[in-house]
Amino acid sequence: MTTLLIAEHDHETLKDSTNKALTAASQLGGDVHVLVAGGGQGTKAAAEAAAKLAGVSKVLVAEGPAYEHDLAEPLAALIVALAPGYDAFVAPATSRFKNVMPRVAALLDVMQVSEIIKVVAPDTYERPIYAGNAIQTVKSKDAKKVITVRTSTFAAAGEGGSAAIENAASAADPGLSTFVGEEVAKSDRPELTSAKIIVSGGRAMQSRENFAKYIEPLADKLGAGVGASRAAVDAGYAPNDWQVGQTGKVVAPELYVAVGISGAIQHLAGMKDSKVIVAINKDEDAPIFQVADYGLVADLYQAVPELTEALGKLGK
Amino acid sequence: MKVLVPVKRVVDYNVKVRVKSDGTGVELANVKMSMNPFDEIAVEEALRLKEAGKATEVVVVSIGPAQASETIRTGLAMGADRGILVKAEGNVEPLAVAKILKAVVEAEQPGLVILGKQAIDDDSNQTGQMLAALLGWSQATFASKLEVEGSDFKVTREVDGGLQTIKLKGPAIVTTDLRLNEPRYASLPNIMKAKKKPIDDKSVADYGVDVTPRLEVLKTAEPAGRKAGVKVKDVAELVNKLKTEAGVL
Repeated sequence: MTTLLIAEHDHETLKDSTNKALTAASQLGGDVHVLVAGGGQGTKAAAEAAAKLAGVSKVLVAEGPAYEHDLAEPLAALIVALAPGYDAFVAPATSRFKNVMPRVAALLDVMQVSEIIKVVAPDTYERPIYAGNAIQTVKSKDAKKVITVRTSTFAAAGEGGSAAIENAASAADPGLSTFVGEEVAKSDRPELTSAKIIVSGGRAMQSRENFAKYIEPLADKLGAGVGASRAAVDAGYAPNDWQVGQTGKVVAPELYVAVGISGAIQHLAGMKDSKVIVAINKDEDAPIFQVADYGLVADLYQAVPELTEALGKLGK
Repeated sequence: MKVLVPVKRVVDYNVKVRVKSDGTGVELANVKMSMNPFDEIAVEEALRLKEAGKATEVVVVSIGPAQASETIRTGLAMGADRGILVKAEGNVEPLAVAKILKAVVEAEQPGLVILGKQAIDDDSNQTGQMLAALLGWSQATFASKLEVEGSDFKVTREVDGGLQTIKLKGPAIVTTDLRLNEPRYASLPNIMKAKKKPIDDKSVADYGVDVTPRLEVLKTAEPAGRKAGVKVKDVAELVNKLKTEAGVL
């Protein structure tokens, strides 16, 4: 059995989600090859990083303008062109591959298994349904497997390999869609899905300014990523890509600090696998306290600056 | 341009689902069912295109049990013109749904199909992309803005880290994200009017699609619980616990 792992990268560096999906891919048994498809020079650097990962036996590189902007149609065509050599296709369940992999699956006449959280056997996996309120164990009867991986539940594979790098056979671009532009939020803070610590704010933040005044300094003191509940995003206090929850990002950092977040089911679904959860909320009955390891019933406008200052004294 | 909007009947998003004690699934008996919220956004977007003069007809299609006609009626009450119910019993997986929808598209010839990005029951997030693949059409998932440009489309998508705008050659598949629009409520007169709108009754057999599941569900279980921890009295105690007990600082 040979598995093709499709790498997530930003056209310069390999993303942590690739390392995590690699762990899942390795658990299928069999050889793991990695496909790095991208545009421009950075693709090679990402491929070299992939070749160093432990458990990777070959890296395929596809470099070309069609792969520069993660358009679904050319990338799906490329994976399908490579399909005869592989028994399974694995990718992290990031927005890029949520977009691409079902297209691949349908072209291969395979039912995709979305967002697996555990490999039970090479053909059997666990995945959450109903926003994580139930866990389904499913066995795929398809000859080829197409799988996306919820990366927050798998440890990142480390380095230690020295795989050969080859050019992938090219595939024709169907030419159905074209890139127009993008607005990428530039930030020096760690990305939510790979951050070790996350500080999130909820509706109680009341404004965008309060996010900047209270949440962001605390996050920066901790070297943390900044998150938000859906309520805060819907109210316009935080940008959509900060959203943690079933409809946003699913995260599992070492420390998750929930500030002024009540703890709606849909938010809990996105952060309950965090190792340590801290909740600061003035409503002592807020459901967030039912999952928090440390709860502080307090007015966030006093407690958060105090916490930021206390951490400063610790030398943070 | 005709717009086709597939809709799914799911457990209402306000219902706390319960796993059956025998592990065969979740409790669906006597549970409130509604239109999948992302599909409501899809219907709304199609109606706005019609109101803006960009679409001529909005057709709502659902694949599911006889009761899925209620979900279609919801779409008709919002303002869609007519419905198609493809009766199917049991679990129909996204791949099979996409195959049925492909046949519906071939019969209806829409210029655009708008779907919810995922159903809130199985959380698969596949059907739109699969339909695009089977038709050989362009796709834009997780749309937060949709513009019609002749027979083509300009779509802004919610992606990790920001927004991406792409242009699609029509006919095309678009799947909706939360911020595309806020769906309207159906007014009482429109609910009454919807009762007279036509719903075409079909069955899976009419389209000759094999809907045998490819995934065998072995078990459905409760997720591992998480216990509530302790309440701390102030910030000093919190910092102390995080440092000494949790070891995360």
